[in-house]
Amino acid sequence: MADRPEDGMSLIVKTVTRLTLGLILLYGLYIVLHGHLTPGGGFAGGVIVALSLVHLVLAFGGRSAWKRISHSGASRMEATGALGFLALALLGLTAGFFLSNFLPEGRAFELFSAGSIPLANLAICLKVGGGLFAVFAILTIFTAETTSPDGGER
Amino acid sequence: MTAYILCLILFGLGIYCAVSKRNLIKIIVGVAIAEYAVNLMFVLVGYRMGGVPPIFAAPGEAQGAMVDPLPHALVLTSIVIGLATTALLAAIAMRIYRKYGTYDVNEIRELRG
Amino acid sequence: MIALYILLSMMILGALVAIEVRSLISSVVAVGAVGLGLSLVFLLLKAPDVALTQLVVEIIAVIILIRATIRRRLPESPVSARPYGVLLGLGFAVLLVMVSLPALQEIPRLGHPYMRVAGTYVESGLQDTGAANLVASVILDYRAYDTLGEATVLFTAVMGVMAVLRNRGLKSGEEG
Repeated sequence: MADRPEDGMSLIVKTVTRLTLGLILLYGLYIVLHGHLTPGGGFAGGVIVALSLVHLVLAFGGRSAWKRISHSGASRMEATGALGFLALALLGLTAGFFLSNFLPEGRAFELFSAGSIPLANLAICLKVGGGLFAVFAILTIFTAETTSPDGGER
Repeated sequence: MTAYILCLILFGLGIYCAVSKRNLIKIIVGVAIAEYAVNLMFVLVGYRMGGVPPIFAAPGEAQGAMVDPLPHALVLTSIVIGLATTALLAAIAMRIYRKYGTYDVNEIRELRG
Repeated sequence: MIALYILLSMMILGALVAIEVRSLISSVVAVGAVGLGLSLVFLLLKAPDVALTQLVVEIIAVIILIRATIRRRLPESPVSARPYGVLLGLGFAVLLVMVSLPALQEIPRLGHPYMRVAGTYVESGLQDTGAANLVASVILDYRAYDTLGEATVLFTAVMGVMAVLRNRGLKSGEEG
């Protein structure tokens, strides 16, 4: 990666971040997808996905990281999650009442079971992860423009 | 009973900090501690002595009595809403700092403007 | 039970440190410690879902609070409190004790919950929804309206942060 070496944290942190970023993202997706079988669910998994992106921004510094991730993508991710959850709720109307669980429930203890619960978990993950990363993105950009006149960058 | 009283002491400490401190960051810290105490109270009410977590491990195995799952659902929602509240408070505090140059509530009150 | 009381006492000590210490960064780190202790208490109370969520949410809350605190020109908080602040705080504490003592007689003893509605969830949860995790079935099937409300609150909070932290003059084409 051709970023300036004095941006962000030290070289050790950057190397470890390159190795563990994908692992944290994968772990968050695992917790979301198995939300109906093991502890976790959409909220915890969504926060972990947001944490992996926050890790990227913190380790590589503001200026290098924002060239690679777009912060309007976070708003789009959040909106997709919210609309997905509403779509699932409205589709439940076809099966009787608003927010009903309309897909067939397979056998218990399998990955594709429990009706629309895994899909709702995915929608919640997108919403929570996108929303928290958007909040962090706004705070980072705001902070970068209000460095006090006596102290510059670290 | 002792656990309930300790939880109420934590809540009282949080509200005392939010009411009587002069610095905006300390006020946010007080609100956060009060939120922790409220979530703890919910989960304490739903605890069963010698219970198991409310997850089925394998079909057909005798588990024992389960802990109440309803407070867990309410507290999950409440934790994420508490995070959203803390983030909004921190954003407002940063905005106030940019406009007035200080976090001190007394000085901000004098610079009405 | 002894472990529960020890952890609760350490959380109260951490809260006292967060309230009384003068440096703001130490205060935020102490709140992080209280949150981690809370996550351990949730594990002791047999609530693994809640413990996992509390742990990761605590991490993000400390990151956001440190972003608000670091590199500001007033790193220490002044010593005196607001006028009548301490009096108000102590008055509230006395009121809390007076109101809560009759209420504490009414709620069930620690360890024997009533579980009137949740009894039906526990008995028929696996057949009705097919989910092995009962908390997930309560959130997303029996009480899905609460989850919809929570999604709305989170959306509103993100809108609020975007509206508050808006830059008047944007630098070099960065869009908010």
